[in-house]
Amino acid sequence: MTDPLPPPPKKNPQVRTVSPTRPPEARSRTALGLSAAAAEGRFELQHCDDCGKVQYPPRDACSGCLSTELRWKDTDAKGTLLAETTIHTSTKLYFRERTPWRTGSVQLDAGPVIICHLHGDCVRNGRVDIINRLDRSGQAVLLALPSQRSPHMEDDPQLRAMTSDPKHRRILITDARNPNTSEIARALSDAGASMIFVGLSETWRPSPTLDALSAMDKVDVLPLDVTDTHSVQKLAGAIGGKTDILINNARFLRPGGVLARSDTSFAKEEMEVNYFGLMRLAQSFGPVMASRTADGVNASVAWVNILSVHALSSQPEFGCFSASNAAARSLSQSLRAEFRASGLRVMNLYCGPTEDEWYQPLPPPKVTPQAVARTLVTGLQNGLEETYCGDVAKDVFERFRDNPLILERETTLAGDGA
Amino acid sequence: MSETILSDLAKALGDQSIKVIDLTHTLDPDFPVIILPPEFNQCARFRMEEISAYDHRGPAWKWHNITLSEHTGTHFDAPAHWISGRDLPNNSVDTINPANFVGPVMVIDCSEGSATNEDFELTPELILAWEEEHGEIPKDSWVLMRTDWSKKTGADYLNMRDDGPHSPGPTPDAIRFLIHERNIRGFGTETVGTDAGQGSHYTPPYPAHFYLHGAGKFGLQCLANLDLLPPRGAILLAAPLKIKDGTGSPLRVMALVQGNDI
Amino acid sequence: MRQSYDGVVLCAPFTTAYQRYSIETAHWWIARALKGSLDLAGLRPSEIDGFTVSSFTLFPDTAVGLTQHLGLSPRWLDHIPMGGASGVVALRRATRAVQSGDADIVACVAGDTNHIDSFRLMLSSFSRFASDASYPYGYGGPNANFALLTDRYMQEFGATREDFGKICVAQRQNALSNPGAVMKKPLTLEQYLAAKPISDPIALFDCVMPCAGSEAFLVMSEEEAAKRALPYARISGAIERHNAHAEDPIQLRGGWSVDIDELWDMAGCAPVDMDLVQTYDDYPVISAMQIEDLGFCPKGEAPSFLRDKDMTIKGDFPHNTSGGQLSAGQAGAAGGFIGLVEAIRQVTGQAGPTQVAGASSALVSGFGMINYDRGVCSAAAVITGGAR
Repeated sequence: MTDPLPPPPKKNPQVRTVSPTRPPEARSRTALGLSAAAAEGRFELQHCDDCGKVQYPPRDACSGCLSTELRWKDTDAKGTLLAETTIHTSTKLYFRERTPWRTGSVQLDAGPVIICHLHGDCVRNGRVDIINRLDRSGQAVLLALPSQRSPHMEDDPQLRAMTSDPKHRRILITDARNPNTSEIARALSDAGASMIFVGLSETWRPSPTLDALSAMDKVDVLPLDVTDTHSVQKLAGAIGGKTDILINNARFLRPGGVLARSDTSFAKEEMEVNYFGLMRLAQSFGPVMASRTADGVNASVAWVNILSVHALSSQPEFGCFSASNAAARSLSQSLRAEFRASGLRVMNLYCGPTEDEWYQPLPPPKVTPQAVARTLVTGLQNGLEETYCGDVAKDVFERFRDNPLILERETTLAGDGA
Repeated sequence: MSETILSDLAKALGDQSIKVIDLTHTLDPDFPVIILPPEFNQCARFRMEEISAYDHRGPAWKWHNITLSEHTGTHFDAPAHWISGRDLPNNSVDTINPANFVGPVMVIDCSEGSATNEDFELTPELILAWEEEHGEIPKDSWVLMRTDWSKKTGADYLNMRDDGPHSPGPTPDAIRFLIHERNIRGFGTETVGTDAGQGSHYTPPYPAHFYLHGAGKFGLQCLANLDLLPPRGAILLAAPLKIKDGTGSPLRVMALVQGNDI
Repeated sequence: MRQSYDGVVLCAPFTTAYQRYSIETAHWWIARALKGSLDLAGLRPSEIDGFTVSSFTLFPDTAVGLTQHLGLSPRWLDHIPMGGASGVVALRRATRAVQSGDADIVACVAGDTNHIDSFRLMLSSFSRFASDASYPYGYGGPNANFALLTDRYMQEFGATREDFGKICVAQRQNALSNPGAVMKKPLTLEQYLAAKPISDPIALFDCVMPCAGSEAFLVMSEEEAAKRALPYARISGAIERHNAHAEDPIQLRGGWSVDIDELWDMAGCAPVDMDLVQTYDDYPVISAMQIEDLGFCPKGEAPSFLRDKDMTIKGDFPHNTSGGQLSAGQAGAAGGFIGLVEAIRQVTGQAGPTQVAGASSALVSGFGMINYDRGVCSAAAVITGGAR
């Protein structure tokens, strides 16, 4: 039985904040295939193209027929727990600080035997489901869950260490003016967030969402303009130490590719909000968030960027906007690397066209604020790094993964004239 | 009494017996800015972006967005700009008493020496010699160092070489004299800084910035047309933009000059 | 039938005194054991023409670096990275070299140092599979892996912690007669059961103590040993097997079970004929596994087999007569030699305070290299007293 996680007490100001420590990071290149899958929450193992044998641990040649044609594929995650142990002492500081820590040996229905972390509710010799998640070193680890859902499962400390669960955490959503903000706030509140700060820019403008947001339980609207360094610094000074999850949904969007526009003016705004806004937020909030990743139940845990899936491959009708998102995506990769030592997780949520004014002329399917909110919360609960919201985003990503050059060509045709 | 002076002024401006002299360089993208070592953040250059021109981007109007530094082009330095002035009260452009933006100006002509010596120095001796001829510098006045450097163009303006820039400026003694013995309001030059190009090699480095701003005094840089001003008698108008916590700003510097002085 | 090991013998068994921590290097410890063995044989380093070494802390050197470091010029050189199986494997390699004439006198050495950080650093890059698939899970090291194995063994065969405790207690008793052992205090079953948990069901006294130390012996022809009047042991049989039973979900049997009949056939005797047994004892469960796989009893029955046995040197089933790794200490790769070197002493009557009376036949078993979730290497040899 997992004990429900109680809300944390107020932080004792006399006690030193625990420095972040990490599980082992070293992996062979081949094993990074597992981490790449965990980033998206997928359980993939290598399957031999020639004889079909499923391999684990990750390797470079089939242990059945020596073929080197091994391919990562989604794999049946069911298995049986063969043996278990509870570690009471470890030479690695991360685990030493978290004992007792349960691990086990699971025989997968797909064949291999895996050593994995064990959820506290796994029953001796019982059936389990394996999930592939990133640990605090940002590397894949396998964790066995009991195949029957148990109450408060997500509160198991070993599982919670692999996630960015919003439960009991304080969250900043950067842009009240984005149409998705109230849905995101609602979904986070339902998922157990203890406090939701929402940033509102340019309070001298009309703020149509302000009343509804302010009326929401646990929501506090504060001034924040991601284009104004001073504003970002000021808010970070006030709440940076209490920001456990930062969700950057600030977005400036206008139609047009390079030639469709006559100047750089909208492009500058797009870069100012979508790229430099991210940079400002990271420079002000990043260091303090990185320092607090071992700070108890509501330790800082994640940084979320909501991006257009066309950050991967340009949508010429919104070419300049795509470019600003590509810049933001690249920056988020740098940020992810810079946060690596702290264990702070950067999650990029990619959407296709959203259901709002600037995408109005585009055909469906378009992404609703509710869909964004759901994907965001699920992504946090699974500790993902990359997640795709809506059919268009999933489609674009699949094509991108298959062959980015083909994707570029199929989205940049001019159309046959006379 | 005041009514008569101002109405006299209005009349004189109308009949050109008092002329308005523009002491400002045009802000354009090619105007040089100070160059710092590459590891430091650099002074932004002036850039302008047309955002509509009576067209689809804005049918009845034309306008630009501009980007620049507080210290781009002809500009004003407030005491907050330098470390020595960081703790003084009212040390930023938005808090300086606007009475300081209008006042008498003295012009010390160093153009002859600067023509042949790129590192020409304004010294206490030169100041005293000027005072011999034109009378003591009144307290709370602006003092400008005329070098005709503003007539230089291209790379000659910064005159940057492997050992740094070479342009005229005051010695530490000269600045100390102007501040402690004459209690001036501020100091101005035609070059990119109130200090000599090689000013980093004085003790203290950049003495004009150090002493002026440490004493709550102001600076003006990239001035032009100082050769159109009389040595004394003109009134300087130099009002920086009211930037919150600003350390300076580009501005229109003008002088009111009595007709028969030109 | 495989070729016998006749005509080649083992002599000059040497063990350094083990030390919990040492500031010296593996090179230093290896040199100490090599010299000790050569001194026993009255040989100079230039007189050996074969050399093999096993070590975990020699990096970046291998046997190659040691030839120059120690001033050796062998015509046969090997480096055996097989952990606990290294001793028997070194025996197999070296005897074939002497039999074929590729070398006349081979020194087989194992040694490791132990700095404060050695164990943790060794774990961090032990093997690719360990980095990828074992250490991220609690970094329990081999302790956690063998805890899983012990858990399964106990479930499957009904073994209890008392069964394992009996093995540990007897070995500690033996260690008290070994002046070079790291553990010096007696151990009772109660203390064993009450010990600090390490990784359930493994507790403190189930675990070896990593330390610094080294072991060595020489391999030469019987004529050569007789010429020098050296006590020697003969080899009746030896087997090795790696990555056996790969499809077993959990390791409850080791590679010995594949070739064990061949070992006894070669040796021309049976388990019951052994005067002492040295198993590789990184954990008591592995000793139990070896006792089964080496033919003393069926799978899963080692606890009941041992229940009425006395495993001390004065008992009816002398086991790990110098205390084994559990009580003498695990000096890295020297753990793969400790049983063999002690067995050579035993069957040649040179064991001194740990001597089993009248010992003339010994079974030595090696096991090791937890590459991922199980020990990959296994080996075993039967040796008999040749000359005392």
